[in-house]
Formats: sequence, structure tokens, C-alpha cells
Amino acid sequence: MSFSIIGKPLPKVDAVARVTGQAIYADDMLPPRTLHCRILRSPHPHARILSIDTSAARRIPGVVAVITGADLPIKFGILPVTQDERALEHEKVRYVGDPIAAVAATDEEIAASACDAIAVEYEVLDPVMSIDAALATPKDERIQDYGGPNNIHKLVALEFGDVEGGFARADHVREDVFFFQGNTHLPMEQHSAIATYVDGKVTLWSSTQVVHYVHRALAKVLELPMNRIRVVGAAHGGGFGGKTDPFAHEIVVAKLAMMTGRPVKCTLTREEVFYAHRGRHPVLMWVRTGVTKDGRITAMHFKSALDGGAYGSYGVASTFYTGALQTVTYDIPAYRFEGCRVFTNKPPCGPKRGHGTPQPRFAIELHLEKIAHDLGLDPVDMKRRNFVKPMTRTVNWMRVTSCGLEECTARVMDASGFRTRKRRPGRGMGFAISSYLSGAGTAIYWNDMPHSEVQIKVDRGGVTAFCGAMDIGQGSDSVLAAIVAEELGLQPKDIRLVTADTDTTPIDLGSYSSRVTFMAGNAALEAARKMRALLVEAAAAKMGRPADSVRVGGGRFGDFSFEEASVLAEARFGTLTSAGSYTPPKIAGPYKGSGVGPSPAYSYSACVVDLDADQRTGLLHINKVWIAHDVGRAINPLLVEGQVEGSVYMGLGEALMEEQTFRKGLHKWPSMLEYKSPTFLDMPEIETFLVETNDPEGPYGAKEAGQGPLLPVIPAVSAAVFDALGVWIDEVPVTPEKIVEALRRQGKGEPPRYGPSRFPDIPYPKCIRVEPPPKELDLAAPAAI
Amino acid sequence: MRNEVERPVDRHVVALQVNGERTELLLPVHKTLLEVLREDMHLTGTKHGCELGECGTCTVLVDGKPELSCLVLPIQIEGRAITTVEGLASGSELHPLQQAFAELGAAQCGYCTPGILLASKSLLESNGRPSRDEIREALAGNLCRCTGYAKILDAVQLASERMASPLPRRGEG
Repeated sequence: MSFSIIGKPLPKVDAVARVTGQAIYADDMLPPRTLHCRILRSPHPHARILSIDTSAARRIPGVVAVITGADLPIKFGILPVTQDERALEHEKVRYVGDPIAAVAATDEEIAASACDAIAVEYEVLDPVMSIDAALATPKDERIQDYGGPNNIHKLVALEFGDVEGGFARADHVREDVFFFQGNTHLPMEQHSAIATYVDGKVTLWSSTQVVHYVHRALAKVLELPMNRIRVVGAAHGGGFGGKTDPFAHEIVVAKLAMMTGRPVKCTLTREEVFYAHRGRHPVLMWVRTGVTKDGRITAMHFKSALDGGAYGSYGVASTFYTGALQTVTYDIPAYRFEGCRVFTNKPPCGPKRGHGTPQPRFAIELHLEKIAHDLGLDPVDMKRRNFVKPMTRTVNWMRVTSCGLEECTARVMDASGFRTRKRRPGRGMGFAISSYLSGAGTAIYWNDMPHSEVQIKVDRGGVTAFCGAMDIGQGSDSVLAAIVAEELGLQPKDIRLVTADTDTTPIDLGSYSSRVTFMAGNAALEAARKMRALLVEAAAAKMGRPADSVRVGGGRFGDFSFEEASVLAEARFGTLTSAGSYTPPKIAGPYKGSGVGPSPAYSYSACVVDLDADQRTGLLHINKVWIAHDVGRAINPLLVEGQVEGSVYMGLGEALMEEQTFRKGLHKWPSMLEYKSPTFLDMPEIETFLVETNDPEGPYGAKEAGQGPLLPVIPAVSAAVFDALGVWIDEVPVTPEKIVEALRRQGKGEPPRYGPSRFPDIPYPKCIRVEPPPKELDLAAPAAI
Repeated sequence: MRNEVERPVDRHVVALQVNGERTELLLPVHKTLLEVLREDMHLTGTKHGCELGECGTCTVLVDGKPELSCLVLPIQIEGRAITTVEGLASGSELHPLQQAFAELGAAQCGYCTPGILLASKSLLESNGRPSRDEIREALAGNLCRCTGYAKILDAVQLASERMASPLPRRGEG
């Protein structure tokens, strides 16, 4: 199959707007009479609110409106099962930064001063600041009034296949404990939203990744029908999962616009962004695996404990994700997963690039390295022996279609010279693999409707594609344009795009779970093919030839230019519109919780990290990263490389330095200077290989690229540290202090390791036992299960 | 989280020279160049990431040298030539740096891009053919969370080659 656009490294369709400063981000908007909003936030991690007095704030000249929780009492939340947030809290605050009141004023400084003038009386409660504390009986009271016992939010216990039998027939069984510290997205753009209220309708422009979910939350809290609310995604300054929840400030500005009749804008300060968070959960993990003496896995038991922060956010899904994808890379014949998320008095954690899976990926990749070490096997060979095969179903019912693990591994092995590397102290290489979803197979609100829809309008040679998908910088608009252009024989720049607008575009669930290329891409493909058929039919009729003889391409339909063909078709059919949609196949397994993990296709990655480690200081210098990513097909290899390189970067940041940690409820470093992230000087050269496995369900065979390549980088760094120094750092980030401590222990003859010593006792319920599916995938009936 | 902000007391008329255009503004003396560019002059191409001088996002050029506009008061730079991203292109013709950034995918979300473009312009004016390490050094104060910096390095190098070479530049696209 030959393409004219697909597979070409074309610039993004909005590249010029982005390099000239013409793209309009939410905070760039300043309509006439705009009021500026600031939010008063809790200084306490845990407290009851006894009273709120806004009278002094209201008296300040320039203050137009002040609202508190009493004005917005209805709770919301991203997941239907955890509607536990208020836009403004008037009863109880649960983390430093919990919003309490909001002011709209004629300028931002007045709004800030007015916030300072609001008097709040608190009854301070004992804060719960760790997983252990959350598991214990609270001194004062629980953080939330659901879940339990104590401050447990969610417990999960699932068992697939004969786990005890698997351990019984193992030649070697090993247990390890790992800890992955939390970190945050740190998008360059602070969250921002601006609302207007005109003709009884609210319009909100926001830096969100998910206009649809913000739409839902606004309708619920403002008690307006959805048709009275319009949510538009402004040009996006980076999300990485951090703008995937509906946020208090979005609801607050909408409410203030309704009250004042004026545009109201709220842009979070950088400090507020750190507290808004929804980032990577800190996760403590315990894993036990049985293997035969040649390293084949016979059973695995994985336990996780997630420090969730104060609210639910995506946490129930995050909890399942810590156990869902282990089986998608390794053939594990029997598997038990016990997961737990606790509430603590910290900003809520949620989805960050890789959502709930980088932590267990770190754990199992290192755990398998250690098992190979125990058995005297080569870790790469041992992992390879256990690789999942294409066209199979895993023990926990995940459907694996295309799988390029072998090829990805071969590419990074060959390019890095891993096998033939010169061994010397202080220099090491580490290898790891991973997999990620190409979109969640089930919607957040379970329903049978499509997950993405695209409409195409053709009018006198102009083509407009409408889709709810939100381009967050990854280039999803360019992917849609490429697909429509390919099918209509045009160039991407010929396609006008209208995206992420709940009034004018059909639904797309948003930019999360790496779903847009796969789902919106498939919807665009269907819509474009229908439009192409109309144009072909009209051209063929005019030419007096059969439709299959009309050649499409290079801006022509048979004897006609695209514009002529579109005029012929409009004359023949009337208004030219077409629509396409994508609904993922129903492939979730027959058990509660099976909705987290299934995806219509999985991407695969393999990575080698080469580093120098200083034996005296523990300082690491990353020399180079090789990464191969099975993207199915690269619709635009330039953009795919950008996603892969960005993932490697973010993975290195997490592996080496990024930490979201707290002291007495306060973020230790809520600024971009103190929250360390890699600069130009910290980034090594990256060599990227794109592997194309042509997935049977992806648009042109494409799968995801934005999240998966982050995952193997982190364990590969820690494995390389072991290769270099002979010490295991079982905790992320892998910092010099930890390395020095592990070396000290090594020097004293203690286990050469830094990491958690124990996994707490958690009252997991009895495991739900699930029969594994037939292993061979019946492609004839992929949607029947 | 108290918002410790003092009320503006002093206002001054300040004449600014931005992208070759002179503008007089009546400004509170404490208002930063970043705020003035964005809010008073509607030059929203200059972005902000921290407003504390930590991230490099708000970089503009003052007499050709990169400055963090969040740390500059307009009164400090009266009469000096300020260049923002809006002043980079010549009419609708992109600056070679902009062209290279667009072609090579060096701007993903694009939020850090204006600041990095301006810092790069300043670099290329003092060092026409910088090495990758020299580019890294010059841009070390500009954070980007999307690209992993790889395509930015490529783009600055490509632009430097094109600007140094007498060969005609490739067209848009």
C-alpha cells in the first residue's frame, strides 16, 4: 500500500502559529471588561472550616464578586464513583491548596488582596501524611467519608489462573519491595480558564485536555443543561495528564461570569499548579515471582499501595492500572494482583504520562533483572524468553494484537552494542521494555456510544474536519489532517480543522490514555472514505465511467480538480457532509475491574540506557539512550519521534530527579527552580527507532506513541546503575544520595541495595478468582467477548 | 497561601521601543515588562511559566541580549530596543529559526517556543555556527517539557547552517 501523506515527516499543521506567537492560549485571551479571578486556598493540610467571613473582601474597591462553597455546593469528580470534590470547600479542607473562596475583581492584584482579606476560622485536624498513617486509625477523623477501613480509598484483589500451583512448580521464587516517589507534570503553561455568560449561555475556554469531561462537570455543578454550556479547548501549553480532571478554577470562573455578566479569567500561579497536581502517585510495591530454572515465569503475585492524596481523581483507575499491564509484556500464566489506594492530606494524585503503569513497570523490570541475576541468566535473554506473543490473550483477559517487542529489543540491542559492551566499574548499561494502551477500551462513563466522532464538510473545494479531540501539542490535529488529506488526495494544509469545541464538534473523549490517533484517527478515516466515495461517484458519473476507474490523488478526482469534483458532488447530492465514528471493541474480561487495562491495541517499547556513575559521589551522567518503539505505523514519523524523545526526557526526569514531596503538608519545592527537571545540559543524545507492526485495528495500522516510551527508561536507568556499580536502587528517583548509601552498605558487606524494607499489612479482601481466557486469540470474533 | 501583594502607588509614563514601534504607556512602576507586553500591549506571544525568573519562558531580547521579561521593569529599559516573538518574522516571511522550528517539529505545545527562539537568535548573532554543546549551554536556562530538547537542538543547528550559507533557503512546508 503506498501513501502520499501517511508516513511522511511533515511539519505540524499549526506549526507557524506556534513559532510566531499567534496561537492563542487561554491566558492570552482578554476580552473587554474581563474580571480577574483569584482563589483563596487552604493553608492547612487538614481542617474543619468553622466560618468564612468575606465582608472585608467585598468592601475593597474593584472587587465585583466573592463566592464561597455555599455558592457551589454540588460535588463533582472525574470518575462517576468518586464525586468527592467541591469547586470551593466550605466544610472541610483536605490539603494545603484546597480551594475555599474566589474573588472576581477588576485587576488581579485587587483580587489577590481581597483573598487575603477573607477571614476563615479553622479547627485544625491531625494530618495524615503517609501510606502507613493512612492505614492506621486516624487521630482525629478520616479524610473522606467513604472507603475504609481508616483512610483506605480503594481495595482490589484479583486472581487469574492457578497462582499457588504456579509457585509450587517454580524452581526459584523471589520477592522484592520497591518504591516509586510521586512527581508532577510541570507543564510549561499554568492552568488557565476564561468564561463568558451571554444570552443565558456559558462559554468556557480552558487549557483542559478533555473538553467533554469539563462540560459534564460544569453542567452538574452549575445545574445547567449541557446545551447551555460550551467548552472550548484553547491552544494548549502542555498537559501530560495534568489537565485531564475538571478543575475548581474552571467551575469558579463560569459561576463568576454568570453572576457578574462579565468575562472572568483565572490563571493559576506556578505554586498553585504544583498544588493542583493530579500527578504520579507515590506507590509502594511488593512482587513475588516464580520461575523455572531457565527463567520462564510460572506465577506472579503483585501488591501495590498508592498514596492518593486527598481526593479520588482518577485514583480508582490508577489503582487497577498498577496491576493491569504486567501481563501485556510478559507471558504470566498465573497472576494475583492486590491493590490499595489510600487518602492522605496532600494534593490529589491522578494520571501522568503512563498513568499508574510506570511504577509497576519499574518494579517488575528490576525484579526480573534480579531473578536473572539469581539464576545466573542473562537478563535480556530471560526477559525475551517470557515475551508475550502477538495475537494472544493474557491471563487477565487483555487482548494483544500486534506486538513488536522482539523487533524493538533487537533494534536497541544492536544499536547500543549492549552485548559487546566493555565492562568497567562506573560504566553501565541497562535494558528494559514496556507496553502501553492505544486508548482505554472503556469510557469513564460506561456507555455504548462511540468514543470519537468526526464530521467532514466539503464546500466548493474547501474541506473542514470537525472533531472534539484536543491537540495538546502532540499534534493530534495534524494527524487528523493527514488522514483526511490522504483519503481525499490533498495536502494536510488543505484541510481546515475545527476541534475541541463542545458546541461545534462531535464528541471525542479527549487527550488522555493515548487514544486520539487511534480513535479519532479511525473516525476521521471512516468519515474521509465516505466523503471520497461521494466525490468519486460524482466524478465517475460526469466522466461516464465506473467509479473504480476514478483515480484519486494529487488534488484530482479522475478528470477533475478536487474543487470541480466537489462542485459536481454538491450539485448531485446537495450539502456535502460525511461522518465517521469509532467505538472500541468490547473486549473487557468477565470480572469487576476489567474495564481498566483493555485497549484495542498496545504499543511496545524497548530501551537501553548507557551511563557513567561516580563511585565516590553517586552522580550519574547519562551518556546515551537508545529507544525503539512499536507505533504500529507512524502516520507522521516526525511527530512520533517527538513523542518518543519527549517521553525519554520525561522518563529521565522521573528516574533521576523529579519528586513531589511534602513537609508538614507543604510542598517542599513548589517552584520550577527547586523542583528539579532536566535542562538542555542534562539531556543525552537519544537514538530513536520506529518499529511498524501494522496493527489490524489502528488507522493505517497506527498505535500510540505519547506515553509508552517513557516507561522503560526508568528501570533501564536503575539497571544500568547496577551494571556500573553493583548496587540496586529500588526506589525512584535514583539520586546520588541513595547510590552513596547503597555503596556504603555494599562496603560494609550488607545487602548492596537502597529501597524500602517492607510492605505494610493491608486488609485486602479475598481475591476474586477469574478463569483465564483461551490463550489463542480468535480473530474471527474479536468483538464477541 | 497568602497573596502578599501591595497596592500600586506610583505610576509613570514609560516609552517603550518594541519590535521597532514606539509606544508610551502610563504604568504602575512595579508592573513587569512581561505584564506590560501581554496586558497593556497585547503582545501575547511572550509567555510566562513561573514569573520568578526560573523557567526562561518569558525571554525577550533587549538590545539583542536575552532578558527574562518577568524580572525586568519597563522603566529600567526605556529607550532600548525590545524584540519579542512577534518581531522575529519579516512580514509573513518566517525568520530562519522559526522556519527550522516549524519544519523539524521543535515546537510541540509551543509554549516555551517564543523564549527559546529569542535566546537562540541572540546565540546565533554572537556565534554563527554553534556546536550542539554551545547551543545547550546558551539555552540551558529555558525549560521545555515536550520535546526532550532534541528537535530544538536540530532546529537551531539547521537554522545556523542556513543563515551562514549563501544557498537559498527551502520554502515553507
